[in-house]
Amino acid sequence: MQDFTFRRPASLADAVEALRSIPGGKLLAGGQSLIPVMKLDLAAPATLVPVAGLGELRGIRLEGSELVIGAGMTHREVGESAEVAGAIPALAALAGAIGDPQVRNRGTLGGSVAHNDPAADYPAALLALDATVVTDRREVSAADFLGSMFETALADDEVITAVRFRVPEAAAYAKFPNPASKYAIVGVMVARSPGGVRVAVTGAAPGAFRHEGMERALAADFSASSLDGVPVDAEELLSDPQASAEYRAHLVGVMARRAVEACG
Amino acid sequence: MSENGIGAAVLRKEDDRLLTGRGQFTDDINRPGQAHMSILRSPLAHARIVSIDTSAAEEAPGVVAVLTGREMAEDGVGGLPCGWLITSKDGSPMVEPPHPALPADRVRYVGDQVAAVIAETREAARAAAALVDVEYEELPAAATLASATRDGAPLVWDEAPGNICYDWEVGDAEATEAAFRGADHIVSLDVVNNRLIPNAIEPRAAIGEYDSRTGDHTLFTTTQNPHLIRLLLGAFVMGIPESKLRIVAPDVGGGFGSKIHHYAEEVIVTWAAKRLGRPVKWTAERSESFVSDRHGRDHLSHAELALDAEGRFLGLRVTTAANLGAYLSTFSTCVPTYLYGILFAGPYTTPAIYVEVKGVFSNTVPVDALRGAGRPEATFLLERLVDKAARETGIDPVELRRRNLIRPDQFPYQTPVALQYDVGDYQATLDLALEMAGADAFEERRAEARARGRLRGLGVSTFLEACGIAPSAVVGSLGCRAGLYESGQVRVHPTGSVTVYTGTHSHGQGHETTFAQLVSDELGVPIDQVEVVHGDTQQIPFGMGTYGSRSLAVGGAAIYNATQKVINKGKRIAAHLLEASEADIEFENGSFTVAGTDRAKAFGEIALAAYVPHDYPIEELEPGLDETAFYDPKNFTFPAGAHIVEVEIDPETGTVELVQVTGVDDLGRIINPMIVAGQLHGGLAHGIGQALLEECQYDENGQLLTGSYLNYTMPRAADLPNFELGHNTTLCTHNPLGVKGVGEVGSIGVCPAVINAVVDALSEHGVTHIDMPATPERVWRAIQSSQA
Ligand SMILES: Cc1cc2nc3c(=O)[nH]c(=O)nc-3n(C[C@H](O)[C@H](O)[C@H](O)COP(=O)(O)OP(=O)(O)OC[C@H]3O[C@@H](n4cnc5c(N)ncnc54)[C@H](O)[C@@H]3O)c2cc1C
Repeated sequence: MQDFTFRRPASLADAVEALRSIPGGKLLAGGQSLIPVMKLDLAAPATLVPVAGLGELRGIRLEGSELVIGAGMTHREVGESAEVAGAIPALAALAGAIGDPQVRNRGTLGGSVAHNDPAADYPAALLALDATVVTDRREVSAADFLGSMFETALADDEVITAVRFRVPEAAAYAKFPNPASKYAIVGVMVARSPGGVRVAVTGAAPGAFRHEGMERALAADFSASSLDGVPVDAEELLSDPQASAEYRAHLVGVMARRAVEACG
Repeated sequence: MSENGIGAAVLRKEDDRLLTGRGQFTDDINRPGQAHMSILRSPLAHARIVSIDTSAAEEAPGVVAVLTGREMAEDGVGGLPCGWLITSKDGSPMVEPPHPALPADRVRYVGDQVAAVIAETREAARAAAALVDVEYEELPAAATLASATRDGAPLVWDEAPGNICYDWEVGDAEATEAAFRGADHIVSLDVVNNRLIPNAIEPRAAIGEYDSRTGDHTLFTTTQNPHLIRLLLGAFVMGIPESKLRIVAPDVGGGFGSKIHHYAEEVIVTWAAKRLGRPVKWTAERSESFVSDRHGRDHLSHAELALDAEGRFLGLRVTTAANLGAYLSTFSTCVPTYLYGILFAGPYTTPAIYVEVKGVFSNTVPVDALRGAGRPEATFLLERLVDKAARETGIDPVELRRRNLIRPDQFPYQTPVALQYDVGDYQATLDLALEMAGADAFEERRAEARARGRLRGLGVSTFLEACGIAPSAVVGSLGCRAGLYESGQVRVHPTGSVTVYTGTHSHGQGHETTFAQLVSDELGVPIDQVEVVHGDTQQIPFGMGTYGSRSLAVGGAAIYNATQKVINKGKRIAAHLLEASEADIEFENGSFTVAGTDRAKAFGEIALAAYVPHDYPIEELEPGLDETAFYDPKNFTFPAGAHIVEVEIDPETGTVELVQVTGVDDLGRIINPMIVAGQLHGGLAHGIGQALLEECQYDENGQLLTGSYLNYTMPRAADLPNFELGHNTTLCTHNPLGVKGVGEVGSIGVCPAVINAVVDALSEHGVTHIDMPATPERVWRAIQSSQA
């Protein structure tokens, strides 16, 4: 790890100002993704600007049909939140199963979304729950925000402040964890809303994606068996020492069925 | 049994400092004026070094020196020696290529040392290492065992055609052929023994220091065997007399075999400290550990078992290719031969056995001993083969084992592959394990699981291992270049407290407690007045260190013998003081008594008399009470056990859940049952890791695919059930304590039980074998291919 300085901002505006004025400045939230990358010298920011504690990034509240979660909320806070459990229990369960207790005590929603690890859990929730990413300057739909692996629509000096999740009628997340890292080899979130059914897959491909074939099948008949025979194309999926593309494709089907069953 | 004596679950004396973060590990030590070293490692599996330009690195801030193989050759530093010469079938010695600490012209694995960058800080050294400009000419690599043994494979060493280091055999080929000719059934099996990365929690570290005033070298290092390192580094690599070389292994955080071996970094810091005139410190980063700690296992084997119509084993033949990696690490050559081939009788009466092993070079990290070392490989193969034989003959796997286990009245039992077992009771061990595992009611549990859509399986392994290696003369005749005795010194102080010096080394095993219990029990001295010292060659007598579950069986025996010398001398002093004949003096509970009287002297009084010899038989007896014993074992010890594993498989994902793990073991006498349970737990976790989780993978170019915890799966608490442990004890007949050994038992016995359980669960899908680790994908594929 290279040496760096630490610049604690007084406010959201101050954080943005710091990013603009300091060359090589970078936001630090829980550090659960950034610090490992720095330890491997894959990133070497000259200055870290810690944001997780900023008041503007904190809080969980229901606003009409949306659940708004501050970007600075830790996985543990989301996992244990009564508001989240009441509105979208699947989201509380997702957050409560990220990594391990140490990771959940520090890692944040904003950091996870900004990092956009292809094996992270939140991206599946963002897509399935038709979420909107709120930053210091704009609101972007999840589909437009999340790019391919580790890429997002975020500008260098932009700070995520919150994510607005649409509250569904029913939703469930089924995860097949990587036995080594505990990230998702495949995670599927299924959400049923008056507007339709969404099936979002993370872990399997270079970026989280929606499976339209499954969505159509479930829109017609919301039952696990309606997914039988819906093909999952292994072509675009990842292969690594833990799971081949073919196995991942199979798991997408299994996890989707389990998520549908868990929707009740 | 006294409160803290043999058999008591005494809390570990060392845990107070270790659990409160006050241990002193090598990285905790800092020497005045020290510089820090970073090693530049080869990014390629096989390449010629065309040139190394160190100029940019030398100019980087804080850099003290950049050293390469060229400087090392200039200073005449030798290569790392191999500790065991294996002789091939045809009588030729193994191919023994050089093993330079810093190779000058060619690199042979990803992680091989290319340059040592030494700077004022660790960060500066690391940053400067990135500035060393190495031009490589990449060569084709022999990256896996399969590709290294293929016709026309690239050669790791020009002097080793076909990448063969040796082609070794043990057993009687003709008798085995004859047994197969007369067989009713022949069962065969191909087995992969997966490659493992050791992952001790403390990374390796070393500090070299040189005192130009006295010419003394000191090396602080994370080793399991300080005197062995002193011998190898001093006599073979650097030419430093032992009297000028001190090795200190302070607290060491786990070794599992990986810290037996003599490593390049130990040589480099020792050499550099003298060359630069200041201490040099190196601590591995975790990612460095993955590519430089010696890996374990990595075999491809074919085995066949011949049985008669009743299922009695008639003969066994095994052919194995064992990956040795790019260089011969310290004990690499004996692991797949003398710690493997001679284990194939297992606990069975198989009369004819023939084993052939080819040691194979490859462009991978050197492979050497890892917890179990050879014995898990043999046990896995044998117990899988026996299980397969049961399925093919239709004889129940437990019954088939029973028909072939050595009976208690057959001991001492001479196997056809060199070993002679002294004692055991394998049937009773198996019976107890079956009872504890509730094996009777298993089919009900299977049916109940099936109703939930889950596949349940039960797997058994009855095994034996050989540890506490072994008479020095025997291992010497087999090619070992060291003796395998152990030393123990019991120094009684004037007022009766005791310091014990042992040549073994504790890096998690709890010697400071177990040995203190032993001495406390023998001498009747309270345990808090017994200190155990290990790890510093300037304090302890010459000893061979800790590996192969030898510390208690060999090192404990030496300490015991030293206590007996103390008692015998004490009796002579007591006889003088009590005006009795020596033959009438009895020693019990810390008191020397004239038999049949109440005339007695306490242990402390005798100690005082020995050191303040005013009233003392000075003509016949030297003052002092300080005794040393060296113990050379008479045989291996043979711990044995029956492990039973029950699994449930989710057939949709292939996930294996361990439902129950039962282990009944015969470990000989148990000094501290809590420590023994801890060793079993750790060993079982290690074995379960191998069976279900851990797999070191290289790609065809020799790049390590599993170089971090993101993709190399270590077993964690949540992966393990509670272990059901039991003991069925027979005492070792040939060492004074009747002890056998426990450190490796779990990792030896449990792997085949896990896989036998997985195969049992999958048997309704027609699966007859699955390789380790039985990962979800591998299990899923086995189910898929059976359905295809
Ligand atoms: C052992 C381990 C296991 C893990 N397992 C899982 C798992 O199972 N599932 C999973 O989803 N994740 C897992 N993670 C990742 C974890 O969830 C991280 O917390 C998360 O990915 C990053 O969040 P963070 O708050 O730690 O962000 P940081 O690491 O601090 O930052 C990550 C990136 O986001 C940027 N950033 C942070 N906050 C903001 C913001 N408000 N606006 C804009 N940019 C921002 C930073 O500049 C940086 O580029 C694991 C991590 C570890 C170490």
